[in-house]
Amino acid sequence: MDYIIIGNSAAAIGAVEAIRKNDKNNLIKIISEEEYMVYSRPLISYLLAEKVTTKRMYFREKDFYEKNKVIKLLGSRAIGINCDQRYVSLENKEMIKFDKLLISTGGKPIIPGIKGLKNERVFGFTTWSDVDKITRISKEVKEGVVIGGGMIGIKAAEALCEIGIKVTIVELADAVLSRALDKEASHIIQNRLKEAGVDVITGSEVSEVTVKDSKVVEGVILKDGRRIRCDFVVVAIGVLPNIDIVKGTNIKVKRGLVVDEHMETNVRGIYAAGDVAEGYDSITGEDRPIPIWPLAIRQGRVAGNNMSGLVTNYPGGFPMNAIEFSGMPTISIGITDPKEDGYEIIKKTDIKKGIHKKIIVKENRIVGAVFVGEIDRAGIITGLIKDKIDIRDFKKDLLYGDLGLISLPKGMRMERLESA
Amino acid sequence: MKSVYPKEDVCMACRLCEVACVVEHSKSKDILKAFKKEYPRPLSRTRVEEREAVSFSVQCRHCEEPDCVEACITGAMHKNEEGMVLVNEERCIGCWMCVMACPFGAITRDEREKKKASKCDLCPEREIPACVFACPNRALVFEDR
Repeated sequence: MDYIIIGNSAAAIGAVEAIRKNDKNNLIKIISEEEYMVYSRPLISYLLAEKVTTKRMYFREKDFYEKNKVIKLLGSRAIGINCDQRYVSLENKEMIKFDKLLISTGGKPIIPGIKGLKNERVFGFTTWSDVDKITRISKEVKEGVVIGGGMIGIKAAEALCEIGIKVTIVELADAVLSRALDKEASHIIQNRLKEAGVDVITGSEVSEVTVKDSKVVEGVILKDGRRIRCDFVVVAIGVLPNIDIVKGTNIKVKRGLVVDEHMETNVRGIYAAGDVAEGYDSITGEDRPIPIWPLAIRQGRVAGNNMSGLVTNYPGGFPMNAIEFSGMPTISIGITDPKEDGYEIIKKTDIKKGIHKKIIVKENRIVGAVFVGEIDRAGIITGLIKDKIDIRDFKKDLLYGDLGLISLPKGMRMERLESA
Repeated sequence: MKSVYPKEDVCMACRLCEVACVVEHSKSKDILKAFKKEYPRPLSRTRVEEREAVSFSVQCRHCEEPDCVEACITGAMHKNEEGMVLVNEERCIGCWMCVMACPFGAITRDEREKKKASKCDLCPEREIPACVFACPNRALVFEDR
């Protein structure tokens, strides 16, 4: 029995740990294009801001692979899968046979069709090597433009700002973080960004990066003709499932790889997990990629269990993120800004103080929440969403005073405290 | 594994559990020094929730499948071999993913110096955790359930 895993990030690690609980001996091989041992992708902005050392980037101890008897093929690019003869082909022509395969290839950055992007001073912001490239030039540059004001763009801007670079964010929507947050929260964050010296341009788009040559960027031109001078550009529009590997196979693809409740694709013995997979969204009921670290771990673990014979169902998950800018902690969970009818909003907002707490309810169940400024015990809401708790009897208490278990009915509270 | 369980029917919100926790996690382990001389003062890892006549002390449940561990992006939050959920402070960067994930609200933001998650460690140097030992009403018990 050979377990092969393509990818070496959160889902892969979740899978290895699950497999090794059930199967101590059979071969596990990890194939990854990146040369690094498993590192925390969400930490790349901290690395750029010099808030973590390279040593702290690693998500597991040095002996992780050895301890778990994993053979690592790092720096090897997998280019195809033969589903019938059960092998993965590598770029170096090698063929790696498998009995059970996990595809955990993650996401790949969206590259917009903008003129001038092929330049040594245009960077992505999803990998450690992206940060290395930026760090190498960070002393020579003064001004940068970040294309995209979502989670990745904001984190990139924050880090650049902290190392003394003047940053302008250009965001297509009319507010930053518009997909993760609501108007009030975006407003608070945007104010913070401005106070920190970051320029934010919303409702606009970069139409061209102007360059001197392939190594020197001079600025960007926006759709409305405005020009911004800069020495480099970071493209942070978002990521799409990295599904290149399944081209030419029968593995079913929508936006990401389609999986069942065991994280298995339509081809028996081939599983998918993490940002590449269409996991079950337990709030909306649809299958879709939700590219966040905790769900990649969860899906990887479920896949690993099923691969090694312990039948486990994926319970589903939902988007959730914690981000902080200039000391303003922010949490977003699930549906944060419903556009249709049928939702009830409970909120407490004081924009001036930078406090915004909002819970979104549908049919007496919480389906989302936003916390800005005061985030303590926000996890209680996450738990109520996860367990689909009917909150009709205590809805009004939830944001009364401090958030706490005390808002829950006694029976429910005791049961929850007992059942952990 | 033994863990701490609150009994709200007999809790009177005296907060001695919080005091005991602060002292236990201080450098001096002396009540006066911990509160008056140590700066920054240690944080209590158990928290008394109180509303009108109801009160109880909440601390980490050391869950079987901890959501905080799954959410941690650095690998700082982990479950040790005995089943305790602990935070490796050297790895923690204070991103608060665990605060967002813990369904009990049992993880505190420690912003006294470097940002770090702070939570119950079941008092590694004691047989019975300090909060349980200090409770005058047995409103906190240390049991294997």
